[in-house]
Amino acid sequence: MSGTLTNAVSEALGRAATALPTDVVRALEAARDRESGPARVQLEAILRNVNVAREGAVPICQDTGTVTYFVKFGVRFPRLAELREVLEAATRSATETVPLRPNTVHPFTGANPGDNTGEYIPAVTWEPVDGDEAEVHILPKGGGSENCSALKMLTPSAGMKGVLEAVADHVVSREGKPCPPTVIGVGIGGGADMALKLGKRALLRPVGTRHPEPEVARLEEQLERLINASGVGPMGLGGETTVLAVHVEYAHRHPASLPVGIVVQCWADRRAALRIGPDGSVTTIG
Amino acid sequence: MDKVLTTPIAERDVRELRVGDVFYVSGRMFTARDAAHEMMLERGAPLPVEGIPVFHCGPVVRKTGAGWDLLAGGPTTSVRMEGLEGDFLRKFHPRVIVGKGGMGEKTLAALSEVGAVYTHFTGGAGALAAQAVSKVEEVYWLEELGIPEAIWVLQVEKFGPLVVTMDSHGRSLHSELAAKVAENMKRAKAQFLSE
Repeated sequence: MSGTLTNAVSEALGRAATALPTDVVRALEAARDRESGPARVQLEAILRNVNVAREGAVPICQDTGTVTYFVKFGVRFPRLAELREVLEAATRSATETVPLRPNTVHPFTGANPGDNTGEYIPAVTWEPVDGDEAEVHILPKGGGSENCSALKMLTPSAGMKGVLEAVADHVVSREGKPCPPTVIGVGIGGGADMALKLGKRALLRPVGTRHPEPEVARLEEQLERLINASGVGPMGLGGETTVLAVHVEYAHRHPASLPVGIVVQCWADRRAALRIGPDGSVTTIG
Repeated sequence: MDKVLTTPIAERDVRELRVGDVFYVSGRMFTARDAAHEMMLERGAPLPVEGIPVFHCGPVVRKTGAGWDLLAGGPTTSVRMEGLEGDFLRKFHPRVIVGKGGMGEKTLAALSEVGAVYTHFTGGAGALAAQAVSKVEEVYWLEELGIPEAIWVLQVEKFGPLVVTMDSHGRSLHSELAAKVAENMKRAKAQFLSE
């Protein structure tokens, strides 16, 4: 039974590595249509690359990332005990079958176990919810874009204008390094750790969706317009599309703190998601 | 018609290239990241590389019976090699660098001095790159350096598109763009932050 589940997660991870979600492809196509010159050359190459990867079931990018799972599990989900092991086994299996690049390195010795697992890795965030099912969201996260992520501890008096300026300045300062056009996840409030976690979780939202609260959605839109006005463009070679989307999430903050977590995702915004029923049945949900 | 340069690439061919030009490479290329740059500077090149483009890349490969398949091989961030590339260009004359993100002043000066260009291949386009690789000819220093850092010698057919972003006449699209971006941001912030 857990072998079936492992296969399903491994297949979903393989799908994430090789087939870019439709919402991201649509956004890239729209960007290609409005660009010209070197920017257009880059977007055409990206879209050709996406097709080659999908058709040949080969990785979209050679950096197949750190495997990251966000799990929402129902408190009555009967198979919780085996899930951590399933996620690790699926990561090892996909590393061999897709294959994925072995990307986990011991920070002290440099040793690489060769199967994309290690201390705390694959990275799993567990969120208990009501019910008897589990949702597994998969986010293989590349190193080049992760290196462009940052935490800003702003003064609360800076307000949302301060957030707007800090996020835009940071993203623009990274120029072509994170492989733009990027998707930016921004987490506001909570604390230093939570701001970054919210930022990363914001990347799970499909491109083209807005936060349901109007003032949050407005900040998302302002950030997109300001960052795209920079002219950094696809791959940092100039153009109108530096970000495909900015997603903002928030938590209440301490009166003295305004943490802002900025998590940068490259154009290869790779995702997949599954729902596991109490009987172990698996449904693809993203 | 797409412009295709066949290796070995001559100095006069790259001297004709200007920032913004787009071309493709057919023939041979070799990968080298930080560790391979250092090792080549210490020990010399394990194969003749004059006119053979150096590709900043750590590929995904699969062992086949007799050799290797390259499954994905997009560029890595070039600026990590900035401290080594000037000497590398002077010593080995690869004529073309293929990477992403651009490089700094030291490399730009060496490009003019020796006659070479820096070209930008689309970051993340690992599958597209792999499609242009018809064969993995050889791998050097695999044991010592591991898969991503080893030197992979690739037979390529119309590898690209490569955009010249730093030429042999002192121009760098990267530094020109940085000035433009700073100006754009100043103007955009004045507008957005007063809304």
